[in-house]
Amino acid sequence: MTSALDISRRNFFVSSAATVGGLALGFHIPFAEAAAAETASEVNAWVVVKPDDTVVIRIARVEMGQGTLTGLAQLVAEELDCDWSKVTTEYPTPGQNVARSRIWGNFQTAGSRGIRDSHDYVRQGGAAARHMLIQAAAGEWNAPAAECSVSNGVITHGPSGRSTTYGKVATAAAKLEAPKEVQLKDPKDWKIAGKPLKRLDTAEKLTGKQVYSIDVKLPGMLNAAVKDCPVFGGKLKSFDAAAVQGMPGVKKVVTVGDTGVAVVADTWWRAKTALDALPIEWDEGPNATMSSDSIAAMLEEGLNATQAFVGNQSGDVQGAIAGAAKTVEAVYSVPYQHHATMEPMNATAVWTTDRCQVWTATQNAEAALATAANAAGLPIPQCDVYRLHLGGGFGRRSTSHDFVRQAVLIAKEMPGTPVKLIWSREEDMLHGYYHPITKAKMAGALDANGNLVGLRMRISGQSILASVRPEGLQNGRDPATFQGLNPSGTEGVFGYSIPNLLIDHAMRNPPVPPGFWRGVNNNQNAIYVECFMDELAHAAGQDPLEFRRKLMANHPKHLAVLNAVAERAGWGTPAPQGIYRGLAQHMGYGSYVAACAEVSVDDSGILKIHRIVAATNCGHAVNPQQIEAQVEGSFAFGLTALLYGEITLKDGRIEQENFDSYQIMRMDEMPKVESIIMPSGDFWGGVGEPTIFVAAPAVLNAIFAATGKRIRSVPLAKADLRKA
Amino acid sequence: MASLTINGTVHEVDVEPDTPLLWVIREQVGLTGTKYSCGIAQCGACTVHVDGVATRSCTLPVSAVTPEQRIVTIEGLSPDGSHPVQKAWLELDVPQCGYCQTGQIMAAAALLQANPQPSDEDITVEMTNICRCGTYNRIKAAIKLAANGGAIRG
Repeated sequence: MTSALDISRRNFFVSSAATVGGLALGFHIPFAEAAAAETASEVNAWVVVKPDDTVVIRIARVEMGQGTLTGLAQLVAEELDCDWSKVTTEYPTPGQNVARSRIWGNFQTAGSRGIRDSHDYVRQGGAAARHMLIQAAAGEWNAPAAECSVSNGVITHGPSGRSTTYGKVATAAAKLEAPKEVQLKDPKDWKIAGKPLKRLDTAEKLTGKQVYSIDVKLPGMLNAAVKDCPVFGGKLKSFDAAAVQGMPGVKKVVTVGDTGVAVVADTWWRAKTALDALPIEWDEGPNATMSSDSIAAMLEEGLNATQAFVGNQSGDVQGAIAGAAKTVEAVYSVPYQHHATMEPMNATAVWTTDRCQVWTATQNAEAALATAANAAGLPIPQCDVYRLHLGGGFGRRSTSHDFVRQAVLIAKEMPGTPVKLIWSREEDMLHGYYHPITKAKMAGALDANGNLVGLRMRISGQSILASVRPEGLQNGRDPATFQGLNPSGTEGVFGYSIPNLLIDHAMRNPPVPPGFWRGVNNNQNAIYVECFMDELAHAAGQDPLEFRRKLMANHPKHLAVLNAVAERAGWGTPAPQGIYRGLAQHMGYGSYVAACAEVSVDDSGILKIHRIVAATNCGHAVNPQQIEAQVEGSFAFGLTALLYGEITLKDGRIEQENFDSYQIMRMDEMPKVESIIMPSGDFWGGVGEPTIFVAAPAVLNAIFAATGKRIRSVPLAKADLRKA
Repeated sequence: MASLTINGTVHEVDVEPDTPLLWVIREQVGLTGTKYSCGIAQCGACTVHVDGVATRSCTLPVSAVTPEQRIVTIEGLSPDGSHPVQKAWLELDVPQCGYCQTGQIMAAAALLQANPQPSDEDITVEMTNICRCGTYNRIKAAIKLAANGGAIRG
């Protein structure tokens, strides 16, 4: 059994083609394929060339829908000057990365960093491979490399007219030294990068051939269903295995750490059926009385607490408020959210006394490997993790690999037998790492001319880092709380110059596990700031665009995207009958975004979001059509949260167990989206998340324009939108 | 024991009668293009055709399906991804993560079979599958492209 699963040979990569064939065949690569693998030449870590001129580009970051796989391949192919129609991709494993001194760098795919954090070294990889392939051809021709040129993977020697292809010289190129330095192309000369090319991963997603982690099949594999204590901080007290041992297909009932129990069966449905029938007693622990009300009280206390961590401060805000001609105050609330990836958490593991292998969907395969090794009780070099494209990530699959830990613990109970653990949707909902809950108390000071002279913002609520990555705290302060509110930097700068400003955070951490949720703290920070800016503009009797513009002179990139949406949407000109507009802008993950939403609200309070115009300056646009797809998808994600997203707690546990109580926006509510992609070419910003920030505040401001109502507590499902 | 006709092939499967069709397709028959996501017929990731009708297979007990009923999964929609809906999806690069897309495609193919020239409203009424990546606008555009691309085969 173990030998049949021994896929540890150095050259095994999970590629789109090999995945299907390999999995179906239990990783016995047929002779033809193995022979081809023998002759494929690794020119360098990023580029493998086959004799038939196929170029295999290695992708360190993972594909979860955001298009990074295609974008990274475009960047490598651009510098390589290969034939794009012959490009395929494969994922190296984290074990290989460890064995090769992290030659592929960071595998983490989060924070909209897939491309902006790695564009430099992946392009250098492509350029170095190109250099080596040309050198190899020149060597065969005994000609100076400087006399050779390359286009679409065909190398030509100018003076003699001889030509060859990458596939023919790859073996020789692989033996050459890598160049010490390479010159990267000027992006204005790009022919593959920067173009709206089709994704490389589409075809298999249309036929069912795409193998996701949940689809993994291994010889002799069993399936497991798990229940962990539904109360946070609780433990497993007891269970009655005898009650289900005789049920069809059941092989074993096992404890999972000290908090969970799993049933292992021949099929997952039988495992789940038996688990549902299993009598279980929980020790609910210290949080059994926690509720949404008790958490709200905690946060309300923080709104007025004297101690808080400062995020952005200038001038004397208390003095400005005391001396203001007019003051405005408001309290906003944003609840917990769940990631709700379409593919529930799952992992397949096989464990023996000297080796542990895991197949899973992860945004951070190196962290998954560390988790697997720890659970396996084995050194990292004796473990590996094989990656598959994700059925959604949104931060859930980077925050924690609890599902990997469980799969390995279960597999450890059945040495040598592969076990696939799948969480039911209910288990997935109850054991998330939730977008943290916060409230914000806003106060603004206007002078006699309606100028904003002071802004006070108190955030009260949960820190992600304090729970997930406490080493990231700075003397107890969570810097990530202030995403988009920072006085300086390249990641997320506050877009307004206000002479007297204080933004601080009273950290209040309920015992609910928080996590990175697509957009993270930018999402609520943009709601708080942009909706309150709209309130202030109206209090000052000014147009919300003009009011903002006066504060944005020192932030030209923030202003440029805002101006772009205002112009495209026709701000300042009459909207169609019954349609009302709202604006928002924000900077996060290095990119500048703005939106103008157009909505109507009928007499019974029914909201319709007709159109959203969105602008993005992400510095460089590697694939404009994929950026448009991310902009649209980001609206769906942000508007789902605005319309429906709310996780509540009662008796220490999550109340929403499936999509019937945790609604996701459907097609009928999706607005028309018009994207303006306006890369300024002087930085590299993220794409997968930023547009989410402006989705909710633009719509909320449009709702005010339509109804005169300020909705300060979301989601809208609990709000009455009938005109004030 | 149940007898099922899936993609034109008869399969004899040894399962409990209350096993959902989804899990029989995935585990006993071994076709994994049909996806599990909610298990309560809310999201549509498990959509297959039963006698040409888009059906959420995660709540349909296998005992409710007769051997005569024609079940078609994504693997049986076309031999090579050439169904007009698949071609339109490819043309517009619809999927992102892709996990829901086989269900979306099966729902769209059934919609066009019943209504070859759907209006926008027809599409939004019929297409209630969840896509967490938010590909809805491209799905709608692809359905219209497929409708305009000629006859839709079943």
